[in-house]
Amino acid sequence: MAIGHYLVLSGVLFSIGAAGVFLRRNLITLLLSVEIMLNAVNLAFVAFGRQFGTVDGQIITFFVMTVAAAEAAVGLALVIGLFRHRESLNPEAFTSLKW
Amino acid sequence: MLFYAFAGAAVIGSLLVVTQKNPVYSVLALIASFFGLSGLYVLLEAPFVAVVQIIIYAGAIMVLFLFVVMLLNVPREDAAEWDRAHPLYRPMAVRIGGALALLLALELAWALSRTAGLGGGVADQHPAVSSVAELGRVLFTDYMFAFEVTSILILIAMVGAVILAKKKEE
Repeated sequence: MAIGHYLVLSGVLFSIGAAGVFLRRNLITLLLSVEIMLNAVNLAFVAFGRQFGTVDGQIITFFVMTVAAAEAAVGLALVIGLFRHRESLNPEAFTSLKW
Repeated sequence: MLFYAFAGAAVIGSLLVVTQKNPVYSVLALIASFFGLSGLYVLLEAPFVAVVQIIIYAGAIMVLFLFVVMLLNVPREDAAEWDRAHPLYRPMAVRIGGALALLLALELAWALSRTAGLGGGVADQHPAVSSVAELGRVLFTDYMFAFEVTSILILIAMVGAVILAKKKEE
């Protein structure tokens, strides 16, 4: 398979994730869409690493994974806290700072 | 052919994540998508990444998501009642959001179509580096500083999550 195939797939996945962030209005689905985008980037990193015969792509993938884990932990804690406040997961419910 | 099977699984799984109304189904579809990606990592001769993808992502992060979805017990999006309150806002938001997503996809397609040298097999030029020993050696030498910073990041995230999710003491 050519590197182009992997990059196109990565772009498709990233676009799906971005569309999810833009269009959905559920905090959990928003976080899941961010995970899709992170995974799309991981795929591009590993594909480039294979193309150039280096191990760096795989290592950066590990760092992205740890950041994703940290993001998921803090994000879900925030979701729990917000849900306790407003009994809702709709981002439109949290607009108190809007004038 | 395996590539198309795994890629199809990843894309269909991701599409289901975005289109499902029930977050529980979204999480399960994302796990299916991760299995497809894991297969792709095997095809790219990165077996350790493939295994870590399953163990960390599908095993740990997604279980955390599923746990929170079930803990909060609000399976369905409550957009419907909100729409009735603001009849003008949602179509506009969807239009702008959809346009932004489409713009991003078009930009990516344009950038890829203008990039040369994307043909040829991914494994043609260099031999694969897939040994865990080599991975570990590079991780603990060249990427030593990033590794240490990552451990601090995880510690801070853990403390932050505990503090944020803790019930306020009366």
